[in-house]
This record gives sequence, structure tokens and C-alpha cells, in this order.
Amino acid sequence: MSKIHVTTSVNGEEVEYLCEAQQTMLDVLRDELGLTGTKEGCSTGDCGACSVIVDGDVVCSCLMLGAEAEGRNVETIEGLAAPDHLHPVQKQFLEHAALQCGFCTPGFLVAAKALLDRNQNPTETEIRYWLAGNLCRCTGYDKIVRAVQDAAAEMRGA
Amino acid sequence: MGQEPVETKWVGKRIVRPDGVDKVTGRANFGADMNLPGMLEAKILRSPHAHARIKKIDTSKAEALKGVHAVVTGADFPELKAASVDGGEAQVNLKDLGENLMARDKALYDGHAVAAVAATSASIANDALDLIEVEYELLPHVIDVEAAMKDDAPLLHDDMFTSGVEPQPKKPSNIAARMEFGAGDTAKGFAEADVIVERTFRTAATHQGYIEPHAAVAEWTEDGQSRIWCSSQGHFAIRSMTTALLDMEEAELRVMPAEIGGGFGGKTTIYLEPVALLLSKKSGRPIRIVMSREEVFRGSGPTSGSVVKTKIGATNDGKITAGEVELKYEAGAYAGSPAMPGCMTAFACYDIENAKVVGYDVVSNRPKCAAYRAPGAPMTAFAVESVLDEISEKIKMDPVELRMKNAAKEGTRALYGAKFKQIGFEETLKAAKDHPHYSAPLGPNQGRGIACGFWFNIGGESTANINVNPDGSVTVVSPNPDIGGSRASMVLMAAEVLGIDPEKIRITIGDTASIGYSGLTGGSRVTFAVGMAVVEAAKDVVKQLCERAAKIWEVDFEGVEWRDGAAHPASTNVGDFDPLTLGDLAAQAGKLGGTVVGASSINARGAGPGFGTHICDVEVDKETGRVDVVRYTAIQDAGKAVHPSYVEGQMQGGVAQGVGWALNEEYIYNDDGQLENPGFLDYRVPVTSDMPMIDTVIVEVPNPFHPYGVRGVGEVPIVPPLAAVANAVSHAVEKRMEQLPISPPRLLSIIDG
Ligand code: FES
Ligand code: FES
Repeated sequence: MSKIHVTTSVNGEEVEYLCEAQQTMLDVLRDELGLTGTKEGCSTGDCGACSVIVDGDVVCSCLMLGAEAEGRNVETIEGLAAPDHLHPVQKQFLEHAALQCGFCTPGFLVAAKALLDRNQNPTETEIRYWLAGNLCRCTGYDKIVRAVQDAAAEMRGA
Repeated sequence: MGQEPVETKWVGKRIVRPDGVDKVTGRANFGADMNLPGMLEAKILRSPHAHARIKKIDTSKAEALKGVHAVVTGADFPELKAASVDGGEAQVNLKDLGENLMARDKALYDGHAVAAVAATSASIANDALDLIEVEYELLPHVIDVEAAMKDDAPLLHDDMFTSGVEPQPKKPSNIAARMEFGAGDTAKGFAEADVIVERTFRTAATHQGYIEPHAAVAEWTEDGQSRIWCSSQGHFAIRSMTTALLDMEEAELRVMPAEIGGGFGGKTTIYLEPVALLLSKKSGRPIRIVMSREEVFRGSGPTSGSVVKTKIGATNDGKITAGEVELKYEAGAYAGSPAMPGCMTAFACYDIENAKVVGYDVVSNRPKCAAYRAPGAPMTAFAVESVLDEISEKIKMDPVELRMKNAAKEGTRALYGAKFKQIGFEETLKAAKDHPHYSAPLGPNQGRGIACGFWFNIGGESTANINVNPDGSVTVVSPNPDIGGSRASMVLMAAEVLGIDPEKIRITIGDTASIGYSGLTGGSRVTFAVGMAVVEAAKDVVKQLCERAAKIWEVDFEGVEWRDGAAHPASTNVGDFDPLTLGDLAAQAGKLGGTVVGASSINARGAGPGFGTHICDVEVDKETGRVDVVRYTAIQDAGKAVHPSYVEGQMQGGVAQGVGWALNEEYIYNDDGQLENPGFLDYRVPVTSDMPMIDTVIVEVPNPFHPYGVRGVGEVPIVPPLAAVANAVSHAVEKRMEQLPISPPRLLSIIDG
């Protein structure tokens, strides 16, 4: 079976890869590009561990084909921090202890970043519904929601 | 006289965890992230039948597929011996362990592994699974625990004769064990009661639901230096179990701890590691196996579904005169449900003169259950705390008051035998009563429930090494996987003893060849027991540093005292010397006898029992049967919170899991004994929008056996929520909830009578 050639942008950098027609974006990121920060919790779109941002929207990369990334703009957890400082939401997750095992964390951070990119003053309810596609089994969500609230405040300069 | 809290400088501080940046940047390596050159991907074929004899397995077509390198079935494993093996927390039956790993004569549940394939890609391995021909002879199956106990139930094991019954039955059955213990005379106790409540409660089997599926990478070497990388709650236990099943010596296998994406008890056993190693041996290549979510549900351990009959009597002024519990727990396909801890914890919160508990450990055609956070305790707490709630209604007494009147305290002998030392149960009750939540008004269709819970907590074998680097910075080596921030706790305790800033300390988790054996990350033991080992190792470092200072000053060892990270003369009589800091002494290590290495190996005793009291408010939609948790407060005695944020996190996480157990989660089987909901869409765990903020109150009644008073905290918080939620719903709809989950259809039918 011949492979598909894809040119896309991942974390602001142009990348090219070959993928099989049925290969998911998640598998491409993890196995072809070595970006293992994006996690697989279910591969059926139900846990959000594989969340990435594609052209500004949060997407479950397990539900997207690698071939669909052609010409798009993909952001993953590896691209969230600048070389010399963490994104406010990463920083607040650490301050709030909003992670225990940390397996869901990349997905939450990516989803939260997408929320904060469009709304820097979300209500608690907006945060809870925005993140409802991300499962965390460890934290009970309390500290995650607070971390996002404080990241929003930090970004507003409040 | 109670033990007073210890003054601390670092213990109790909310530092950023040492592994935090790795975990928020995606750098942390979990089980499936490992990649070796030439690595093959493996997949496991699982039985689609609940109960079937395996007559023949033909793997020839799969082996012939291009890209397939090896296939194994049960026949490839060494013969199973009747023996037990160290499982890290308890001894495990080797034969059951091996058969559960890979079926031999019979498949005992939908999802039971029967063969495995290694191929150059996961998709080829999956294609090869379809080419394996298994000839099954279908056998009648049984799923329900009470049906499995019947005389004419289909038998899973023809050599299972109930233990704990005298004389032992000659006829095999699905009842692996019966257990009973008690105190006093319950008939007399019930005769003294003004009110007696008796009910039967049921809970469904639920899964631990860790978000990271099981994963392992194995590399066999012919010279006895094989390696495994996996996420587990204890790589030493993985080593014991894997080597026992493959007839290897422990030194022939090195197990590397990957980061672990949640365990909750479910990653204390083996599902993949020996299979991966055997495939590696057969193919000559490294192997990776990663479970799919469906496999996690079908093939790894849920906890027991249960039937718990409870009868409690009390006087009108709130004294419990007698209590009885009879519980039946599903073990899954092999013996070993948490029936015993279910029995032991049932009345552990209370001082009851006349009590009796009876338990049954019952096999049926379900996946073998695995430990799940406070194994066995939430189900009996659901029953007992529901009945107490009803008694408090009947005698018109505040439910906290009723519990206060009967609360276990220092000196109480628990029904299971232990005599409690200093414990903090009453303090949690008092904190509940004083909490504004307890007296806040309720809205329409709302109800409030309270419930309590107990867990033993354990200690056990623990090791730690501390290396002092030439520049005075310090590295701690811990033997236990860090699932929820334990690195931070270890660093805080080391900093406390060494008297240096935690920033100067780094920590790593040692593999099985780099540090001595330690028990599992389980039983809420790590911060307590491994923490004690770290404290001992740090004291060892301090002792060596003081010896060196004594040498430099040419004074007696007793003349040196360690304070604020430096050696000082213990008094002016010793002499007038400038303090020697850890850095000063480290810089001269070579001249003074070599690198300073602190080490400790202990069997930690005296784990302080933990207690919690929870308050839950729900709102019921009487049209749809939907229950919303609108307010929740968890109160718990932590002894001493080493890192309070992670203690709160344990409490909040336990609450969320308990809420899921109470309201939504359940294993659903069809008539053929196949699991109908092996995915997160249909097995619905609580999501962010299902939960409110979870308020926490940490009570600190020090554990006298720990240098800083620490008690385990991880398990207690899942014990009260089942009853707290159910009691709240019962009040909202004015009908008693006897069965979990309280899903919308079930609640609607109860509301509609
Ligand atoms: S792995 Fe994509 S949603 Fe779970
Ligand atoms: S921190 Fe473990 S799943 Fe979220």
C-alpha cells in the first residue's frame, strides 16, 4: 500500500511525513514525528487525552487522519511553552497541583489554551463545559478549574 | 496524652513538584512512550465468550502473514506451579495469575487473553489476530454473584472447595471462601435496641478507570539481562510476578518504572509484561504492547460488584447495640475479591459491643477483579452508613450526633482486632458539624447526606538512597513509582532533615537494579513508609556529615550538632568553630573518606488508620431522574499533610470516583455474558461539568509512629461518597436508595414507585 505524503505545520514549523491512509493524526504525532506528549486514552474520541489544536480548534487527534493535516496548522503540548517560560496555564497547573498522575494533563492544557485564546474571562461554568471532553480520573477537576481561572486572570493582567 | 504536632520548616509547604515541568510540557515518559530500535508491536487475542473450553488453537495462518514475527499462546509458557508469589502487597496465587494472563484450558470471561501476536506494525498484528483459529466449546456461564452461589450454577473451577467452612465441602462450588468474625452477642444486642433497621444493598462492578491504558515494552536478552519498561504501581512486584511465571531469577530481569497514568490499585498486577517478554524471546526483537481502552475494560480488573445485607440496632438515645453484615463479593474468574477487607472495615468507624460480619468470596465469569482504592471498603460503608442514616431519621437524631456517640477513639478495639492508638475520627465529625456547609439551607428538590469511612493504611518494606553531590546538591533515589506527587513529599521530608532548601534536592525513581526492593505504591503507604525510609536515609547523611565535621574540628561526634544545613559545635564548650555547611563538607568529601551516600532499608510499622467524614448535597430532577451533586465537602484526618495540595487532591479525586460509582458507573453484561459497555462513552465516568468544586478540610491528628505524624491519605476518600451521595438522594426523594448506581432510569422507577 503506498503511503500519503503530507506537508503541514506542527508547532509553527513546517514538517513533511509519509503516512498510511488509515493512520490517525495521533499515531502520526506519536510514532512518525516522535511527539509523544499527546496521549492516547481511548482512541474513540471520549477522553480528550489526545487533544491538539488544528487551525485554532480543539480536535481529538485520534479521530483525525494524518492525511487530513495537509496544509493545516497543528499545535501540540510540545509547542505550548516558549523556550524560556511556560504558558500561564502550564504555570498555574503547577502552582495549583492540578495534576496528579499527569496523563490527562497535556490534553487539558491544550484544550484550556484554546479556550483562553478566545475567551480570557470564562466563567466557572464555561470552563467546566469547555473541558467536559477531557477526562481526569485523579483530581476531581477542582484544581484544574481553579488553575484555568487563575491562568485567565494572569492573561488578562488582573 | 496525645502526641503533639511536630514543628516543621519544609514539611507542609506547597512546593512545585519536582516532576511538574516534565508533566506539563509533554516530556514525561509514560508506559506507551518508550520506543526501542527494531521494536515490534504486539496485540492480544481475547475470548469473545464468557465461558468456553479451548479445544484447539491454530496459529499457522497468523504466523504466515507478512510482517508477523512471533505468536504465543498459553502453551508457550512454562507449566504453572501451585505456589504463591510476592505481589508487592500480598501473596498472589501463581497458577491463577498465569491462567488469567493467558488462558490455558478454558476461557473464563469475555476478554480473557488466549494468544498474542508480534508484528512490524500494530495494524499487521491486529490483522494477524483475525487469522488465529480458536476452536471453542461453549459452556454455560454465570455473571451474577448470587446466581453463582446457587447449587446448580455453572462451575468455573472443578477444584474449588470453599475454604473457611468446617468441614470443608467435598463438592466444588463457585464460593472460594467464607469468612466470619465478631464480638459479643448480637441477639442480646438486638434485644436491647429500640429500633432495628435491616436492608440489603447492591453495588455494581466498577473500573478504576485510570486514563492511561496498560502498556509495556520488553527486551529479552540471551545473557540473563532482560529489561522491561512499564507503568505500574510497583516495578519490584512486576519483576517478582514476571520472573516467577517465566522461570527466571529476579536478577535476570531489570524493570524500569515509566511514569504511570493512574492506577488506583488496578496497576498492581500483570497483564502484559510476561507476554511481551516471551514474544521478545521468540522474535529476537524488542516488543511493545499497549492495551486499547476496550481491552482495559474487558481484560483488566474492575472491583467487585456486591450484595451487602446489613442489620443495625440502636437505642432511642443513639447507642448502637448490635450490628450484623453479610456480604457477597464478586471476585471475577479467580478467587480473591476484597471480601475480607470489606468485612474488616464494615464497622471500623464505630465502637460496637455486639457485632458480626460474614463474607463470601465468589467467582463468576467476569474479569478477575483487581485492587481498587480501599478495596472492599466502599461497598460495606455504603450499606452501614445508609442504615445509620435511616436510624438517625427514625430516632430523630442528627446523623453526625449519632456517629459521634458511637465513634471509635483511642483505645477502641476494632472488630477486626486492632486496638486503635491516636486516631482522628471524632475530630472529622466535629469539623463536619462546624462546617458552614452542614447548616447551609437546601433548595427545592435537594437533599443532604453525610457518611464516614475508614481505611487501615499500610507500611511495609521500603528503601531510599540519598547521594550528596560534590557541589553540595543532593539526589534522592526513591524505589516507588510516583502517581500523585510523592516525589514532592519525599523531597520535603529530605529537606526537613538535611536542613536545606528543597530546590537543592532532586529526586529520581530507581529501577529494580538501582535500589533495593520496596513494596507497591499502594495501601496509601508511600508518603508514610517510603517517606520514613527517606527520613532515615537523610539522617544517615547527617550522621556521616557530623562525623566528618568532628574529624575536621578534632572533637567528639557528640560535640557536633546539625542545624539549618550545617554542622555546628553543640555547645560553646566544644570550641569556637565556624559552621560547616553541607556544601563545605561535600566539597571535601574525597579527603574525608569519599562520597557521602545515605541509605536506608526499613519495614515501616505503625501506619496510622485514616478516617473521613463527607457532606454531600444533591439536586434531583424528578422528571428525568438525573442527580446533580451541587455541593460537596470532604473532611479527613491526614495526620500531617506533607504537601497539603496533594492531600487535597487525593481527597477530591476520591470523591469524584465515588460519585461516579454512586451515580453512573457499572459493568453491563448481555445474556451471553459479554460486556456491553467497554468504552468511556457507555461507561461514563464523571466529567468536569458533572462536578462542583470539592471543598476539603484536612484534620491533623498526628500518627505517633511517624516522625512528622503522617498517615496515609489516598484511600479513605473513596469510602464515604457512595453512602454520602445515596443518603443525599434518599432525603431529596424521601425514599431509601438500596442499589448503585443511582442512574436516571433506576431513580425514575423508584420515584414512580
Ligand atoms: S485518545 Fe482521543 S479522545 Fe481518547
Ligand atoms: S491527573 Fe491523572 S488522569 Fe488527570
